[in-house]
Amino acid sequence: MGTYVPNTKAEQQKMLESCGFQSFDEMYACIPEELRLRKPLELPEGKTELEVTRAAEAAARKNRVYTTVFRGAGAYRHFIPSIVREVVGKEEFRTAYTPYQAEISQGVLQSIFEFQTDICELTGMAAANASVYDGATAAAEACEMCREKTRQRILVSATVDPKILSVVRTYSFGRGTEVAVVPEKDGVTDPDALRQMTDAETACLLLQQPNRYGCMEDADTAAEIVHGAKAKLIMSCNPIALAVMKTPGETGADIAVGEGQPLGLPLGFGGPYLGFMAADEKMMRKLPGRIVGETTDMNGTRCYVLTLQAREQHIRREKAGSNICSNEALCALTAAVYLAAMGPENLKRAALTCHANAASLKAKLTESGMKPVHCRPFFHEFVMQTADEAQAERILAALDREDILGGLPLGDGKILWCATEMNTPEEIGRTAAIVKEVLQA
Amino acid sequence: MKLVFERSVPGRGTAYLPEAPETTLDFPLRERPLRLPELAENQVDRHYTELAGETRGVNGGFYPLGSCTMKYNPAVLETAANQPGFTDVHPLQPDESVQGCLEVMRLAERYLCEITGMDAMTLQPAAGAHGEFTGLLLIKAWHRSRGDLARTKVIVPDSAHGTNPASAAMAGFEVVNIPSDSHGYVDLNALRSAAGPDTAGLMLTNPNTVGLFDPHIAEITRIVHDAGGLNYYDGANLNAIMGIARPGDMGFDVVHINLHKTFATPHGGGGPGSGPSGCKAFLKQFLPGIRISEENGMLRRAEAESRIGDVRSFAGNFLVVVKALAYLAMIGREGVTETASNAVLNANYMMNRLKDLYPMAYDATCMHEFVMTLEQMKHDTGVSALDMAKALLDYGMHPPTMYFPLIVHEALMVEPTETETMETLDEAVDVFRKIMEEAKADPERMHERPLTTRVRRPDEVKAARKPVVRYDFGT
Repeated sequence: MGTYVPNTKAEQQKMLESCGFQSFDEMYACIPEELRLRKPLELPEGKTELEVTRAAEAAARKNRVYTTVFRGAGAYRHFIPSIVREVVGKEEFRTAYTPYQAEISQGVLQSIFEFQTDICELTGMAAANASVYDGATAAAEACEMCREKTRQRILVSATVDPKILSVVRTYSFGRGTEVAVVPEKDGVTDPDALRQMTDAETACLLLQQPNRYGCMEDADTAAEIVHGAKAKLIMSCNPIALAVMKTPGETGADIAVGEGQPLGLPLGFGGPYLGFMAADEKMMRKLPGRIVGETTDMNGTRCYVLTLQAREQHIRREKAGSNICSNEALCALTAAVYLAAMGPENLKRAALTCHANAASLKAKLTESGMKPVHCRPFFHEFVMQTADEAQAERILAALDREDILGGLPLGDGKILWCATEMNTPEEIGRTAAIVKEVLQA
Repeated sequence: MKLVFERSVPGRGTAYLPEAPETTLDFPLRERPLRLPELAENQVDRHYTELAGETRGVNGGFYPLGSCTMKYNPAVLETAANQPGFTDVHPLQPDESVQGCLEVMRLAERYLCEITGMDAMTLQPAAGAHGEFTGLLLIKAWHRSRGDLARTKVIVPDSAHGTNPASAAMAGFEVVNIPSDSHGYVDLNALRSAAGPDTAGLMLTNPNTVGLFDPHIAEITRIVHDAGGLNYYDGANLNAIMGIARPGDMGFDVVHINLHKTFATPHGGGGPGSGPSGCKAFLKQFLPGIRISEENGMLRRAEAESRIGDVRSFAGNFLVVVKALAYLAMIGREGVTETASNAVLNANYMMNRLKDLYPMAYDATCMHEFVMTLEQMKHDTGVSALDMAKALLDYGMHPPTMYFPLIVHEALMVEPTETETMETLDEAVDVFRKIMEEAKADPERMHERPLTTRVRRPDEVKAARKPVVRYDFGT
């Protein structure tokens, strides 16, 4: 019971015989007997859809979905208009593959072209690709784009999310590039250290905006220092913040990347997410992965194709800049639908509400007795200090009992808080009250 | 079709969010306007309905795209993954609050190990190529851990997917391409001379990319092991043999699996996929991502001791893993074997019904896919594999993979998968036979195909020469 093989046993036998086989065993005769698996796999027996649905529901019930979330750190809970899931669920989009046959794939090709345009608009850059796996791999791929024969050192600010740093290090372990971490000072990249570390062997600096503590970096100064040594600047940006903040394009960054999850994708325990990548004109041909371009067909009709494929693995093989093939097309579509629905006005509302709520949460937590760690402009995340680890744990446990997922503990009694448009003033007030209670106990 | 930006009218939109509270931004702000589309929701809906109308998915029709395993994507997989208990869970929640997610991951790892004959698995890689990269880093880390720094080369047959050599290069290896023999199998003599003290490993898919099971596989993996290298199995073609034979029993040390191929999670127009990497026990310590253990009935996350680092943030494409597990739960132990057997049967059935008209690249029982070569036809009539593929579009059929593998000239690679009925296969055979007649009757006309689609043969050269990769707002 339960397979998706439609042909009946009788049909299968007829087909086998039409090929000159008496049995499946005979069909597989080309596999040497000593390699044949002659025992059943240790898997459960097949089930009906009713049973599988029940099992999936039971597993999902063992997870907790918090009513209130103040945790971000690379994965953010935002409002997703209902239309997004409706559109993305269409089986044409869901069950297609990479649009190799342009004539019957204009829909998905055009949607990618529109996504690329959205990303260019958000980042202020000239060209974007069709997506990579997530924000961390986007950063790692961007570092690779900047590597040159005489420039093999990648600088990563200490204020970049440690998960991104870990992935950049892993990719560098592959290529044999050197990664050096630029120290932080007061919650942002230390400009003096950066100036000292940037030299003729520096390929690039990876900067995160806003950074892992939620602080806004002085990207203009970083750009000036890095470009002064003819190295490249990569900015990893939060896409909701891009609705309001100075863009990588306006900053003069060479490459902009980021995690696209906030653009309409659910938290999903970490994936699938969406890595976006955009570059200035000069670096466009170094972008990894799929890129869709506009052209015309035999009749002169405007249409879209996968383009600049000479960069890619299926043509260049070991000389390709990246091995990426499958990317996150359906997630890119999700982001495009989200942005089409939200438009500039709703997106700006989301960004401003994030900031307003975070500012309010920060003020109320300070009133409750926590101390802000950094005194810097921030977007929607910030770090607060408690007395020690034990106190931080007590705070988070108390919030947990009230169905609130508090900020992320960073060690040493520090907690990284995040607020989005999903949080209400009541939630913020209640959270501050609970924190106060713990601190006064 | 209009672009979404061409439908935009300033001031249009839907109230999704309340107006923002009064707030002051004290950091540098964007000066350029954000030119996102401004549309009524109705327009958004219809725009994408129009785009969907010009998109072909496997659930809408036969899609025999070789090497991509375009099998039907069951609806229950979406139901399983779309529950708030999975979609609304933050990846950095405490272990106690994500027991269901960890249970899903543990079961998926266990079942995938059993199917591939591996001892450990990481679900962190987000796609097949990502899994390849991960597996090669495991190999690199292992040689290094033994102080063997001389192993700088990875052997790749010339029939391999482009991702194989590209992944090896990304992992810092030099690629040694070796030829295939006249059957499309690994040339054993070439392998013997290539393998040596500088060999880090071999990358191979079996069945290979011409759709044949390499009968010398045990000898192949032995040659590499004897030279001190490790064997990497590219799971692209696992659908042919799951439940029938296992990479782990063939001498492979590392594998990757494409959940979006073999385990029916949708391809999404080019992702999200999921490319778990599996390995034998001696490599387990290097695995990226999280390791799950059980303490007093509670599942816990930890990291492997000598891990190569992360290849992606968090635990991978988790919701895709949920779908793959739901698929496995549906088909179960016998279903795995039945799936593979029928994938192979469907391919052989089609091949046998076509081989009198279409020359096959190799005269042998195929596995889940077969490769035809139109080299002679191209030579005689000028009609190419591309022309034939485009003609299939006029009959509403998604063409096979074209011009792959590279070792077969004018190749068309057909992979029907097990989820197609005999009637569908028969209809497809009829179409293939019909276009062959058409090609013989009027070869010139074939260069014009397709005749019936709205868009016909886009100019790819023009697209690449002066790339237009974003909408021009005209300002």
